[in-house]
Amino acid sequence: MSDVAAPDARSEVLARLRSIRPALQVIADDEGLKPFETDAFIAHREAPMLAVLPHTEEQVRGVVIACRGLGVPVVSRGAGTGISGGAIPLRDGVLLVLSRMRQVLCVDALARLAIVEPGVRNLAVSDAAQPFGLFYAPDPSSQSICSIGGNVAENSGGVHCLKYGLTTHNLLEVRAVDADGDVIVAGGAALDAPGYDLLALLTGSEGNLGVITRVTVRLLALPERTETLLAAFASVRQAAEAVGEIIGAGIVPAALEMMDRIVIEACERFMGMGLPTDAEALLLAEVDGGTEEAGAELEAVREILARCGASEVRVAASEAERERLWRTRKGAFTALATILPDYYTIDGTIPRRCLPGVLEEIRRLAAEYGLTVGNVFHAGDGNIHPCIFYDSSKPGDLERAEEFGGRILEHCVAVGGTITGEHGVGIEKLRQMCVQFRAPEIAAFHAVKAAFDPGGILNPGKAVPSLKRCAEWGGMHVHGGRLPRPEIPRF
Amino acid sequence: MANEFVQELCERVAAAAAGKRSLRIRGGGSKDFYGGASAGDILDMGGYSGIVAYEPRELVLTVRAGTPLEEVERALAAERQMLPFEPPHFAADGASRATIGGTVATGLSGPRRPYAGSVRDFVLGTRVVNGKAEDLSFGGRVIKNVAGYDVSRLMTGALGTLGVITEISFKVLPQPRAEATLAFEMDGDAAIQQANRWAGQPLPLSATAWQEGVLRVRLSGAETAIDAARKRLGGEELDGRDYWRDLREHRLPFFAVGKPLWRLSVPQTAATFELPSVQLIEWGGGLRWVSTDLDADAIRSTVEKVGGHATLFRGGDKAAGVFHPLQPAILKIHRRLKLAFDPAGVLNPGRMYDF
Repeated sequence: MSDVAAPDARSEVLARLRSIRPALQVIADDEGLKPFETDAFIAHREAPMLAVLPHTEEQVRGVVIACRGLGVPVVSRGAGTGISGGAIPLRDGVLLVLSRMRQVLCVDALARLAIVEPGVRNLAVSDAAQPFGLFYAPDPSSQSICSIGGNVAENSGGVHCLKYGLTTHNLLEVRAVDADGDVIVAGGAALDAPGYDLLALLTGSEGNLGVITRVTVRLLALPERTETLLAAFASVRQAAEAVGEIIGAGIVPAALEMMDRIVIEACERFMGMGLPTDAEALLLAEVDGGTEEAGAELEAVREILARCGASEVRVAASEAERERLWRTRKGAFTALATILPDYYTIDGTIPRRCLPGVLEEIRRLAAEYGLTVGNVFHAGDGNIHPCIFYDSSKPGDLERAEEFGGRILEHCVAVGGTITGEHGVGIEKLRQMCVQFRAPEIAAFHAVKAAFDPGGILNPGKAVPSLKRCAEWGGMHVHGGRLPRPEIPRF
Repeated sequence: MANEFVQELCERVAAAAAGKRSLRIRGGGSKDFYGGASAGDILDMGGYSGIVAYEPRELVLTVRAGTPLEEVERALAAERQMLPFEPPHFAADGASRATIGGTVATGLSGPRRPYAGSVRDFVLGTRVVNGKAEDLSFGGRVIKNVAGYDVSRLMTGALGTLGVITEISFKVLPQPRAEATLAFEMDGDAAIQQANRWAGQPLPLSATAWQEGVLRVRLSGAETAIDAARKRLGGEELDGRDYWRDLREHRLPFFAVGKPLWRLSVPQTAATFELPSVQLIEWGGGLRWVSTDLDADAIRSTVEKVGGHATLFRGGDKAAGVFHPLQPAILKIHRRLKLAFDPAGVLNPGRMYDF
């Protein structure tokens, strides 16, 4: 691919896209392309050659076939809330924006499924299911704006993964257009499909294997009762021990979230929740299910928290109080923005037993880099989100934050964890992919891509690094990025 | 680090690929009957056994592929945990020979599947030797992980055609504290409707099965939850433990008819099929077992109409293909994946499709 498409190449692509029937919106002017320059990984920007906004699968096929014929890369984009740069355009490529495909096609209450187009917002699915006493479980924190197509592409998580799983556990069928322009139907209306599990491959493939055009999600019965507890601990170690005790007692809470002192203090300053300021760790636990099951679990969890030395345990007595407790967790990132103007969120997963040690290592690295770090994380499943604070107006601060972030991810790999639990690789973590995987594994990923996209036109360069670049990078550290709009909670 | 067994395995695969000699991957042989006719030199995985790591509080278990399924279940039970997908052993003469590797390679789940999840839902990572004799690790030993394509789940149910699984990490779950079985007399279509209605309510369902005019429902969870559900649902209470085990293991008299056994995987709400043979309906309507001499085309076209697929599970004439034919676009990707992972085509050729 040439670095910059020659003007005549661009006009040829434009002509081909404009010849697609039924006609679709094509954005070709600089002004119109501006909003699409980045997703939520704003450290990197690139204007696409052109952007298209299809309404139908047939138009998506037309775009893919046209681009394939001309050897032009295609980058798919949903709501653009991804924070690893997966939907950042390529300057010689076409940006395929799926936000216009936003119909909820069907909610089948008896079969407990919804069929939706990729641009449907995550929360809109649960809203559509709610009258039937059902909901869609995966709840990434951007759920009010992120789209289902993007959720599938990223295999999004959320705060309730320990009990309800990730996106991959909550899908029945995905329709996608592969790079040949063929419609592939992975999974189906039954609980399994013949042949290889292509549904698993498409989920989390970050736009590399196909353009998602329709998704059938599983819906679950809304719990009858939900109980939320907040407990304060004098040490992270104690809080981590309580998490282990709860799970060891045979309880799988709907959510189990932890915050460290930096975050507690920020929350207190920002929201004045009356939290114990001497607490080193807060644990937010939620149990749900049938009335009796949730009640039994509530009592068990309360007893364990007290036994593990919680200095204070609050149980939400009402829905309003429940929301207030969650605000400490969901508002944590907003509160953190009061510490320093900028922060960079990391997304590693570690075996939970390593938590105290990993947090110590993070503190040690923070001192080494002279940066402040706050920790908010999904303690139940070991998915940590350290937030590194910096001031982008200070020269070198961002670079240090990025290098620090890379070191944290490499430490996650060293203790048997992974570089990304739910945010995806995108362009952000390409270098850490070379730390987590060996050359033949990276080669196998490329072979998987080639099975769906032999010409390499779908989101090339994202999610999986080239072997050549891994070799060049060697032991070098990550080049990361900043979060835009710190007022949106992300965890 | 590859140990001696894996190193030797790599050498065997390399030699097979060089000489174009097929390998027939085998754990305990408990599912030899399943899938297309397998041919080639036996690659015995039974010797590669043992639990590599088990942290009950992490809900994570890592185990070598040749480990007996019984041993895995025993180790989990000692910590009051379980493999939530309730895999079958298919013991031929009372002695279970099933291995955990075969369990994952066949991807077969038991009665709990619609309510807890399938084998693939609980696979966190796999280590495999592909057809190029490369020792590869995908996924990991943590519950949340989105780095790289989900090759671990791709290996699940691929019947060894993409790689020899050597090690697997699972997410495991606590055993339910209590279980109860309720029985209700009704016809098949009423049972399908009822099971689906209940699944849309916050009830502790863990299995359903209908046969011969009786819907059986298993409840799993806290005692108090089961008591409440019992009152809500009514029905007649049975000691169902043997029934669910015999259903999972295909030891119910239904499975001893002697005719070819078909597995019909269909949308859970699909009505009963007009087939001239008795049916057993489990998975809340999602799985229908039929013992019949009907020809494959008739069965396949029947289930296709409702968006399902049919597998010739046991017995019968495998010449017409054991698994449901794939759509051309899907078949194209299957062939390319096979070529990518096993270019010489030596791993279990023909066990799944004609590649």
